[in-house]
Amino acid sequence: MISRNIYEQEGANKRNTLFIMGLFVLFVGFLGCGFDVFYFGFGRGGLDIPIATVIALMIGSWSAVSGLESGASRVLASCDAQPVDEHDPKYQTYRDVAEEMAIAAGLPVPKLYVIPDPDPNAFATGKDPQHASIAVTEGLLEKLNREELQGVIGHEMSHVRNYDIRMMTLVAALIGAVLLLSEAGLRSGRFGFGGRRRSSSRGGAGVIFLVLWILALILAPIIARLLAMTVSRQREYLADASGAELTRNPKALVSALVKIDQSVDPTRSIKKGTACLCIADPLGSNVNNKEGFFAELFGTHPPISKRILLLQAMSYEHA
Amino acid sequence: MALILLLIILVLLVVWVIAQFNSLVRLRNQTLNGWKQIDVQLKRRHDLIPNLVNTVKGFMEFEQETLQKVIAARNAAVSATGVADSAAKEGELSGALSRLFALTENYPTLKSNENVRQLQEELTATENKISFARQFYNDIATKFNTAQQVFPGTIIASVFNFRPSELFEVKDAAEREVPSVDLSLKK
Repeated sequence: MISRNIYEQEGANKRNTLFIMGLFVLFVGFLGCGFDVFYFGFGRGGLDIPIATVIALMIGSWSAVSGLESGASRVLASCDAQPVDEHDPKYQTYRDVAEEMAIAAGLPVPKLYVIPDPDPNAFATGKDPQHASIAVTEGLLEKLNREELQGVIGHEMSHVRNYDIRMMTLVAALIGAVLLLSEAGLRSGRFGFGGRRRSSSRGGAGVIFLVLWILALILAPIIARLLAMTVSRQREYLADASGAELTRNPKALVSALVKIDQSVDPTRSIKKGTACLCIADPLGSNVNNKEGFFAELFGTHPPISKRILLLQAMSYEHA
Repeated sequence: MALILLLIILVLLVVWVIAQFNSLVRLRNQTLNGWKQIDVQLKRRHDLIPNLVNTVKGFMEFEQETLQKVIAARNAAVSATGVADSAAKEGELSGALSRLFALTENYPTLKSNENVRQLQEELTATENKISFARQFYNDIATKFNTAQQVFPGTIIASVFNFRPSELFEVKDAAEREVPSVDLSLKK
């Protein structure tokens, strides 16, 4: 990972993201497909159209579309983010730094928000760079100096530029769809699977499919979250790297990360669902700071020590 | 049969030429836009400097020479023409400004003045914006130039008379010495 340069990393991230999106679609389709086979007898003399598969995919795409349209404002409202007044001298530096980073990225300046919370944290959201928002906590503005703030905003601006904000909003919406479907499947399962048909009508392959489907239903919430976390962690590495490309100053982001890491309090005003979007895990869970397989699998963010290491490697290249 | 094949190849070729041409035009417009962004920020700096000089004049009576130099460099920069000339003049202005900022450290009353502090934040922001606009311009102009130089883009570029854009280079050695003002120079 360390030997990869920014462009290779960006390419790898795009491929992985497509792969994961594909998995989500397959997964949603598979869940719907099970309904067809076991409830409507699709392919065995029942309905001729895989109606549940179609409905499942429709639910998936509907939540994706509605998530994109209103996801950003819901997220901002949920953590009580206040829009920044254009003339308030208190936020002069914040506005300036955001404008600088927008210029460096060649993008319009995002809408700026402040979250009244003393713990330092920040996130970006929106459906594309033209409709993006960046929110930071009061604590972040207080604790970081100008260059560190620039590092953090540069990191967020690359989330905007790389379309991570769209990706993460989509993934959040799809997780919602998966949860809905698995819930529906498990509830209806209580009334007995395939009650209308004799088990003899099913071959061995049918039984295996049934077992797999029930397993998928039970594991769906976990698998969906795992996928989301994988997406989120890769995006953090990429945003660190391309954020440093914007500021040409990886060291400032390092010292910002150290400061953010030192404040152990969880960011209370940021809800669990928004965790993926933040620069550092707002839940204050220790899992993100441990290295090893478990942490690599379950953290929404890579270990801060590892991120710092990668950034330092980059600053030596610059020096 | 052969005629149809030839026609298909011809059509594909035309489509390809159009696509190449359009991507070059798009890059050229982005480059021009990038250049305008630098211009906007430079203009802002030119407007801010007289303000700054007027504000600090009273506090820094012994530094008239430095202030004169800033004003002279600013006026030279305003009248500069072309990329290279403008880059050089703006470089001198950046150098003069950073010397002024270094000197303000000797005047505690000046540093604590709210007006001066606000002006200084505005100028720092403008300096940063200039260097980031420059960085973006150079990135996009490099992309544009590369697209014109690689084969087969080079054929389209020469047929339709595309010319490579000049990069905004820093030639003044004095400017290189003050990395705290100009982040893009740290590279």
